[in-house]
Amino acid sequence: MGSPALPESPLLELRKVSRVFGEGPALVKALEEVDLSVAPSEFVAITGASGSGKSTAVSILGCLDVPTSGEYLIEGHPVQTLHGDVLAALRNAKFGFIFQSYNLLPRTSALDNVALPLIYAGVDLAERQARAASALEAVGLAGREDARPNQLSGGQQQRVAIARALVNEPEVILADEPTGNLDSKTSDEIMQLISSLNERRGITVIMVTHDPKCAAWAKRRVVFRDGHIASDTKGAA
Amino acid sequence: MNPRATISLALAALLRNRMRSALTMLGVVIGVAAVLMMESLGKGATAYIEATIAGMGSNILMVVPGSAHGRTGGPSSSGAPLFGPADLEALRRGARDVGLVSPVSQRPLRTVAGGLNRSTPVSGVSPDFLLIRGWSVVQGRTLSADDERQAAQVCVVGHTIETALFSGSTALGKELRIHDVSCRVVGVLESKGASAFGMDQDDVIFMPFSTFSRRITGTDRIGLMMAAARSADRIDDAKAQITNVLRQRRHVLAGEEDDFSVRDPREVQAVLGQVTGMLTTFLLGVAGISLLVGGIGIMNIMLVSVTERTREIGIRLAVGARSADILSQFLVEAVVLSALGGMVGIGLGLLASVGLARAIQVPFVVPGGAVPIAFGVSVLVGVVFGVFPARKAARLNPLAALRFE
Repeated sequence: MGSPALPESPLLELRKVSRVFGEGPALVKALEEVDLSVAPSEFVAITGASGSGKSTAVSILGCLDVPTSGEYLIEGHPVQTLHGDVLAALRNAKFGFIFQSYNLLPRTSALDNVALPLIYAGVDLAERQARAASALEAVGLAGREDARPNQLSGGQQQRVAIARALVNEPEVILADEPTGNLDSKTSDEIMQLISSLNERRGITVIMVTHDPKCAAWAKRRVVFRDGHIASDTKGAA
Repeated sequence: MNPRATISLALAALLRNRMRSALTMLGVVIGVAAVLMMESLGKGATAYIEATIAGMGSNILMVVPGSAHGRTGGPSSSGAPLFGPADLEALRRGARDVGLVSPVSQRPLRTVAGGLNRSTPVSGVSPDFLLIRGWSVVQGRTLSADDERQAAQVCVVGHTIETALFSGSTALGKELRIHDVSCRVVGVLESKGASAFGMDQDDVIFMPFSTFSRRITGTDRIGLMMAAARSADRIDDAKAQITNVLRQRRHVLAGEEDDFSVRDPREVQAVLGQVTGMLTTFLLGVAGISLLVGGIGIMNIMLVSVTERTREIGIRLAVGARSADILSQFLVEAVVLSALGGMVGIGLGLLASVGLARAIQVPFVVPGGAVPIAFGVSVLVGVVFGVFPARKAARLNPLAALRFE
């Protein structure tokens, strides 16, 4: 707080972050005083049993949710002080999301799905289409611009979602079980793609998974247990 | 997000649920169409009444016995004495601004010509009468002062009589038997068509008042006098002079109420205008309620739509939509829905007005001011009833919306 951000200060930092859902007897402590910092260009896998708080942590990191207590800092700036519109702008420009269930707009073409973040970035139509098309090409879906989600396989839908996450050139990609609905061969392909984004483009990737094979792609593995961080290891598995 | 993108997004969403959008619009369509029809028909009826009254002549006064505050003002209800020929003379001499004056004594009578007969309103009038009404003959001549003096057995007939009793051939010079009095047709009147109240104005026979009173009614008492002021701007003076002369002749004391009344068709027009105005207001109220119901329908469907599309909202929020973007998306959708309904309603309303105006034979009046107002109201309905669902959408928590099943 207050201290100027040093060059080596973390990109994202959770300080004693707790997140509580519900109240009274239904109260659930999803996160309890979690400290976590992520540096630029890291590839972090977050694992843990279901209910361990790993998805909640990623939601907070992506500004989709806010901590009940504690602080979340982005490049040294506390998120709590930011207006809702600023958070929307952060979600738009700084983060790209990849979900287990793809979360594409139904009855909407792949191109329009990918272009969605650019609408809210205020980009004009011609540039939106050009950038969305090149993002689709980057994920290997050139030629499928007009396909609707229901005309694509699971792996292809996830590629569209990855293209959507990439289109606004984010610094961080947050992936919540990106391969959870895919077979192992497709999983491998998707992990290859995500890993290449980290290695070739230097995009920070934070990925929630419970699949050890996926987690093995990451350079750092954080394990959650009952709302706490149980272990945090760097280096190849 | 720019307005054009927002509107095309709204149109796309509405087209995805064509049937539902059309049904949701229906309330606004009916409301707007009803508003336009009421406006158009109300104005058409008013225009028609005005034209009819103007057609009677703009400087006419009608004098009847009985106080103006009596129930009908008619002679039988008030007990006030009828007028006589001397009253008529007094008005001719004493009321300076009265240019023309005529007694009008009317009875429905059986009229026979050849083998045909019909019951027709027959009136005894002075030669002034047709001048007062501004009514001219298309064949022959009008009634003359000589006819009146000699109580000549002559008459002037309306167009309907010529058609009905003379099978369309000319009535001029032919004999009619009216209530067993033989009578020669000396003129045929120009056709006036139906009145504002649907009565055939051409089903009439006029004869000299002297002939009518002597041969048919047997009395020279007069239940109605019709007068014309010298010009339209003298009409109030003429009215005052008639009142003066008649008060003297009928010995009405100062401070006492007149036992007769002088009526001005403009008053009738004002009353009719009030009646049509009230009716129009009432029906506009009904149409307004229909718009309200239409608005509630839109709100209902928009609320359903927000719930159905919770995940979509979550996705949009996750990729950077501000809550204002979500608000405007749903608000614009509601407004586009009701504005489209308004446009369809305007089209239908105008079509229905043309049809109805033709059916009830009043002129079709384009409700000029009502079209933009109706459109404005339909947009307003969309805004008013769209705000609540749109706010509900805009306030969703991104994470909760994404996880909504």
